[in-house]
Amino acid sequence: MSKQRVVTCSINGHEESFLCRPRQTLLEVLRDVLDLTGTKEGCSNGNCGACTILLDGRPVDSCLVLAVECEGAEIETIEGVAAHGQLAPVQQAFLEGAALQCGICTPGFIMSTKALLRENPHPSEEQIRFYLAGNLCRCTGYDKIVRAVQATAEQAAAEN
Amino acid sequence: MLDFDYERPGSLDAAVVLLAEHNGSARPLAGGTDLIDHIRNERLTPDVVIDIKRIPELNVLECTNDGLRLGAAVPCSRICADDNIRSRYAALADSCSIIGGIQIQNRASVGGNLCNAGPAADSIPALIALEATCLITGPDGSREVPVESFCVSKGETVLQRGELLVELRFGPRPPHSGSHYRRFIPRNEMDIAVVGVGASVTLDEAGEAITDARVALGAVAITPFLAREVNDALIGKPATDQTYAAAGEVARGIISPITDMRGTREFRLHLTGVLVERVVREAVHRAVN
Ligand SMILES: Cc1cc2nc3c(=O)[nH]c(=O)nc-3n(C[C@@H](O)[C@@H](O)[C@H](O)COP(=O)(O)OP(=O)(O)OC[C@H]3O[C@@H](n4cnc5c(N)ncnc54)[C@H](O)[C@@H]3O)c2cc1C
Ligand code: FES
Ligand code: FES
Repeated sequence: MSKQRVVTCSINGHEESFLCRPRQTLLEVLRDVLDLTGTKEGCSNGNCGACTILLDGRPVDSCLVLAVECEGAEIETIEGVAAHGQLAPVQQAFLEGAALQCGICTPGFIMSTKALLRENPHPSEEQIRFYLAGNLCRCTGYDKIVRAVQATAEQAAAEN
Repeated sequence: MLDFDYERPGSLDAAVVLLAEHNGSARPLAGGTDLIDHIRNERLTPDVVIDIKRIPELNVLECTNDGLRLGAAVPCSRICADDNIRSRYAALADSCSIIGGIQIQNRASVGGNLCNAGPAADSIPALIALEATCLITGPDGSREVPVESFCVSKGETVLQRGELLVELRFGPRPPHSGSHYRRFIPRNEMDIAVVGVGASVTLDEAGEAITDARVALGAVAITPFLAREVNDALIGKPATDQTYAAAGEVARGIISPITDMRGTREFRLHLTGVLVERVVREAVHRAVN
């Protein structure tokens, strides 16, 4: 059996150290070791995006990242999105736009949307659909999700 | 997942030593988008996974007037974000922008795409069209291999035990040249190519005749390959629709694709012709502009 490793990284702005074995994915460690169960498991092979988190600011599928790879990394998960107990604008927009049904895909969509709007605050509909192509939803359909992303971008623009 | 150990060498020398020590039971890990799934499915059962992402030589990305140096572990998203690559080595940027979705592109490397040696791997026809050379290092030193000779069969490459792909090197782009990669998939994104075509063309000064061409075909044979007969059908010909259509016809004549869940043989034959025509036309268009 391989040795357990200590990994130290930043999770949602807090430094965390955890023990893991090399074969454990970041998704497993987030959910089973750190009890951050907001990140969901869908396919476990990189196709659905339910497990999307931000690694050094960029969306990745946490089911395709080994936790040991994350030494020194900055990780953002859905748990870090709402600040001071208040839903973030992107979460509010998904809620108001009914852009979720069962909700399994939602944390992944929200993390991808955060990264998209940081990179490109005024995306076109086509850019939104292209950027979110690695996130699948089995129930809501994509139109409401795309509209929630547009609403988030519009609201941010109106506030600036 | 099966148990394995993990090493993260900080230098190329250390990585080569580690690979040699483990004598075939170690596996390099770049973005892991193929490897982690292969281990999960037990198609691969390494004792040790060697993370190569922190080796400086594998992270080089330099696009200058002398050419392009692309470290084997550089992720697709870094390649797509480079304006010089997008303008000079456009076929490479085209392919990297359609490998999986954003999550995959932030991890997946061109080196991993090439070493995985899939028949439909999107970066390989682009690398062949752009005449890349593979720099390989192993226990017996370093060697260079033209990219069109790198894949020997489905999932098999020229890499010998203990060897690493370090870098892909590209010469400077000639004046009046352009390149393009495009694939056909039934969706808009996130799917495996039914057929993929990469092309690079060079025009004469007037922009009217094709003086050089390299066309590579993917997903129609056991590995992507350089379609020499198609190159010959383009070189010395006027840059016209008639020439592109004739090249498409030649491409149809040199392949014998299989029928599988993604498409029938007949469909692949048809698509190959259409894509060759369109990809060469776009490469010419880019050469002119
Ligand atoms: C959801 C999803 C969608 C995808 N879509 C596409 C697509 O549209 N088009 C496409 O072409 N591919 C696609 N892929 C596959 C693509 O992600 C991989 O082929 C990727 O490019 C591999 O790079 P990597 O850095 O992740 O390699 P890894 O998974 O780290 O490695 C791949 C293999 O190469 C070996 N290796 C890696 N680097 C080296 C090196 N420097 N020297 C020697 N051996 C090495 C590894 O040991 C392993 O066997 C998809 C994958 C997923 C999960
Ligand atoms: S669970 Fe990771 S992509 Fe589906
Ligand atoms: S809301 Fe159920 S999968 Fe998207």
